[in-house]
Amino acid sequence: MSASGKRLAGIAVVAAIVCVAIALYIALYLTNVPGSASAVETSSGTNLYLATVASAATNDPHPTWVSYYAVDANDQNWRHATTYVLPANTLVHVTIFQFDSQTGLRNPFIGQATGTVGGTFTLNGKTMEAIDPDTASHVFAIPAIGLSVPLYGISSTAKNPCSNAPCPLSNDHSTITFTFRTPAKGLYRWQCFVPCAAGFIQGFGGPMQTVGYMDGFIKVV
Amino acid sequence: MDHPAAGSTGMPEVNEPNHFLRIVLWWLVVSVIGTALVVFVLGPGLPPGNGSVEASGQVTDNTVLLALSVPVAAAVLVYLTYALIVFREREPEVYVDGPPIRGNASIQLWWLVTTTVIVLFLAGYGSIRLLADGSGGGQGPNPIAAPAASSSDPPLQVQVIAQQWQFNYRFPGYGGVEVPDLELPANTLVEFHVTSLDVIHSFWAYQLGVKADANPGVDNVAYVTTKGPLSVNIRCAELCGVWHGYMFETAHVVSKADFATWIRAQETRFAPATKTLPPYSKTYFPPPERRGG
Amino acid sequence: MSTIAVPVARPPLWRRLVGFNLLAGIALGIIGYVIGQWIGGRFTGVNIAYYSKTAGQNDIAIMLGYFFGVVGFLIGMGFANYPIQRMLGYPPTLAEHEAEEEGVGRYFRLCTDHKVVAIQYLVGIGVFFFIGGLNAMLIRTELLQPNTHVFGANQYLTLVGMHGTMMMGMMTSGILGPFANWVVPPMIGARRMAFPRIESFTFWLLMAAGVVLITTIFFGGFQTGWTGYQPLGDQNTAGYDAYIGFFALVGVSMTLLGLNLAVTIISMRAPGMTWTRLPIFVWSVLATAALMFLAAPMLIAALLMGAMDRTIQTAFYVAGQGGSSYLFQNLFWVFGHPEVYIVALPGFGIVLELLPVFARKPLWGYRLAVSGMLGVGLLSFFVWQHHLFVSGINADLRPFYMLSTELISLPTGFTFLCFMGTLWRGRIRFTVPMLFCLAWAFNFLFGGISGVFLSDVPSDVTTHGSFFSMAHFHYTIMGGLVFTFFAAIYYWVPKMTGFNLSERLGKVHFWTMFLAFNSTFAPLFALGFMGMPRRVVTYNPSFQALNDWASVSAFILGISMLIFLYNVVWSLLIKREPAEANPWHSKSPEWQLATPVPVYDFERTPVFDPDPYPYGVEPVPVGRPVVAPAGGQA
Repeated sequence: MSASGKRLAGIAVVAAIVCVAIALYIALYLTNVPGSASAVETSSGTNLYLATVASAATNDPHPTWVSYYAVDANDQNWRHATTYVLPANTLVHVTIFQFDSQTGLRNPFIGQATGTVGGTFTLNGKTMEAIDPDTASHVFAIPAIGLSVPLYGISSTAKNPCSNAPCPLSNDHSTITFTFRTPAKGLYRWQCFVPCAAGFIQGFGGPMQTVGYMDGFIKVV
Repeated sequence: MDHPAAGSTGMPEVNEPNHFLRIVLWWLVVSVIGTALVVFVLGPGLPPGNGSVEASGQVTDNTVLLALSVPVAAAVLVYLTYALIVFREREPEVYVDGPPIRGNASIQLWWLVTTTVIVLFLAGYGSIRLLADGSGGGQGPNPIAAPAASSSDPPLQVQVIAQQWQFNYRFPGYGGVEVPDLELPANTLVEFHVTSLDVIHSFWAYQLGVKADANPGVDNVAYVTTKGPLSVNIRCAELCGVWHGYMFETAHVVSKADFATWIRAQETRFAPATKTLPPYSKTYFPPPERRGG
Repeated sequence: MSTIAVPVARPPLWRRLVGFNLLAGIALGIIGYVIGQWIGGRFTGVNIAYYSKTAGQNDIAIMLGYFFGVVGFLIGMGFANYPIQRMLGYPPTLAEHEAEEEGVGRYFRLCTDHKVVAIQYLVGIGVFFFIGGLNAMLIRTELLQPNTHVFGANQYLTLVGMHGTMMMGMMTSGILGPFANWVVPPMIGARRMAFPRIESFTFWLLMAAGVVLITTIFFGGFQTGWTGYQPLGDQNTAGYDAYIGFFALVGVSMTLLGLNLAVTIISMRAPGMTWTRLPIFVWSVLATAALMFLAAPMLIAALLMGAMDRTIQTAFYVAGQGGSSYLFQNLFWVFGHPEVYIVALPGFGIVLELLPVFARKPLWGYRLAVSGMLGVGLLSFFVWQHHLFVSGINADLRPFYMLSTELISLPTGFTFLCFMGTLWRGRIRFTVPMLFCLAWAFNFLFGGISGVFLSDVPSDVTTHGSFFSMAHFHYTIMGGLVFTFFAAIYYWVPKMTGFNLSERLGKVHFWTMFLAFNSTFAPLFALGFMGMPRRVVTYNPSFQALNDWASVSAFILGISMLIFLYNVVWSLLIKREPAEANPWHSKSPEWQLATPVPVYDFERTPVFDPDPYPYGVEPVPVGRPVVAPAGGQA
């Protein structure tokens, strides 16, 4: 092989390696797609079933992080999902099974529900407007439409807490239901307001700042 | 090497034209036209609009700065254009040097004097405008520049509580009620007290010309004098985490009567939450502050 | 980058691969990282880092991993050999012999030849410059639409942070690393830098830092932007540890690079090279070097406190625990504002150094230019709080900072006056380096004027933290630094490599880049004025048209970089047209050397004539280090 031929071959090899490296680099930014779940249509209307768990599944990339799980319409099963597909301009009945313990709100104001139909929600069957901010475990909030519902945490002395998701309903939990009207088509983010990210300053790092755990979107179609 | 620029201006060796005069004349023409366009055409449309007294002040300020920068930019650009056309090398094959001019004391002096005057004027003008009413910017816990409030009509205090990732508003004058959406009365001096519960945010009410950083444990005061009814875009202007890009909402400036109705309705609506709130304070340090469990 | 095998009739390949070189560095780096992680893991059992268990991340282990990894890398590169030998009492082996080694191998090891280090810098920084540029392309892809996500919110913010951090961290040394290291010794008549081992050390440390930064994407990235404000940084996942590690290492590298250059310039000038005879580029390097070693330690301190907050639970930046979020902002900008002049000043120097060559005239107003650069450097330490105009700290000092910030436009104006004066009645040649210098004037003019809006508090209330300030600093840094960076490449690379770059491709590159650059960033001024904040993943749909315009222009800007890359590969690696000794007919000393340049530049220390810019006067006086300049003054 001539010197210039070797040089050309070298350049080709380097160029190929660089292209592969660039593709890998971009792919690393593209792969993080959190799971998605569609609302369940029943005779009573559109239902969204959610569960908040103290720790994601043991095989999750972050098994110690708090997270949301959801029931998808297709297989009617719990899955790790934070993107919820809902129909537009519809009343959606949300049921949240809350397995996590009490943490308390940084801003007690968020202990009051807003944006639901009637401004109320039910906690274990009882209709309420607000809870004691110190008993909140999480908040389900969609700020763009003013929706915010505090989720009452289970007692710290609960006998049978759930350790890792998925959590069966035989574990200690509280059940919160509320109804809200979905907005026009679009992508709306939701978040939690309780400093529930253990081990992070102000309780707001990690799962609280990673889409796929305590943050996600509702995709209104 | 070829010439990208082809000018029509000849440069005869004997009758050297008065380059300086030509440049000055071109500069005058460009500056006058440019400045006039800025003041009369662009000026009224400059941000942030006339949503408040402070915002109007900023429009004036932006107009002055832009009008001043036109002659400065024109001086450089006209000179460069002229020089690149007239002083270009016409025979690039042969290397001939230009005249060894190494400076000109009087030009340097004039340049220094002119730029110093412009800079001192800008700093003086900006300081005077700033100290007159604060220009809507955050000024920390001890504001030095406040617009004059009429004694009969004390300023409306609004506490802006920023947290990840939402602004809430607290009205100490109305029983310390806290609300998630903001309405303000028209033609009123408003005193924002901006604070944060966690990281640094920045409260930016675009049409009102207000921007004040929300620092944890800091009471950052900003004044604004509202004008007529208006919709205001509120955005967080300091990167505050994953939902920074979504931390925006719309506030409304409404008539004083509408505001009175609205605030009464809010007091009733948020009565359950108000009961649980801590007493009104300039700053809050809610737990957890550390990397607690 | 180049793996071109130049046939070397010396030991077999395996023998040349064994020793203190990049391979050993990488191997020891990985081993060091594992050791650091293991030690950190042991510590976690002790309650000092108890909390990291609940967070599912161990910041102590990661920090120690980075530390030991970098130390291992540097040992593998051979940086420990000399001190250890001296401490054990062995006679010092002079590393200088490595400078005489021919072939590609010397680019992958500790080499004390300033010309080799300069090319290492050029290629190494170039790689990270292109990664940073790729990030920018991805950012603009996301911003094509107001609320549809190609990348998630976390990934988008990481991209923004990576772009800013990489560009600011790496490109700070973008001109000083490659060009000052190459050009300063011949310009001042020195045969090497003052501290050749430290010169190599700064480069390899910078590369280690770059790798540390890239590892952030395996730890969840960091969502803080390049400013890394606290306590948001403390909230971040372990990806922020990489940010701290990167900037701290860059800070060390910058400090040492600055000290090395300053000492070289102060103490190694040849006889006759008095202060008033220094080429203006050397003056700009001196001013920049001083800023570097005065400002960068502040950054290291700020990051060290951040690292302690994250690992051993101190509370420097935690309000309510005795700390303050202002502390980081202040420390960061005490470094950060000199930093932007560290980035801008070498550009001034390049422009004023190249202009006499292509206008065929002496530099106009030499003393004014020097005082301008020193003035910018001095004033840059007194302006940092203009980044905190609306933060609520020291509100009564705002008129002072407004004045000091606007005063900087005086010395900057000197540079413009000297620029304009040098063109006056010159014989201007539109070569590629000259085009980039002229573009600097255009871009920096608008960068400077927009800066006045940000320095004026009433106007800053609207423009602060918006796309306006983003467009402003891209006009000054990209328009100022990157354009002069390319001017320097097109100007000096024929001497550095011995091969010509294609003039035609260079012009295509210039015009594409210049037009696309302005087309990208000019609309961002308007967007900022209209109320679009920085670093947002979603925006008001009414801003979409302008954003799309900017994005498409940005892609063309990216294509212009590919044209440059093609030019480099084609001209330097494939065509390889040998360069003349002095293709520009420059009269500055480095062009009087032979091409390729001998190892120690000069056979003996040269003596300089009193005139750094002898254009239009009698040529090449006695004593000048003449190596047969081709076609000098007629």
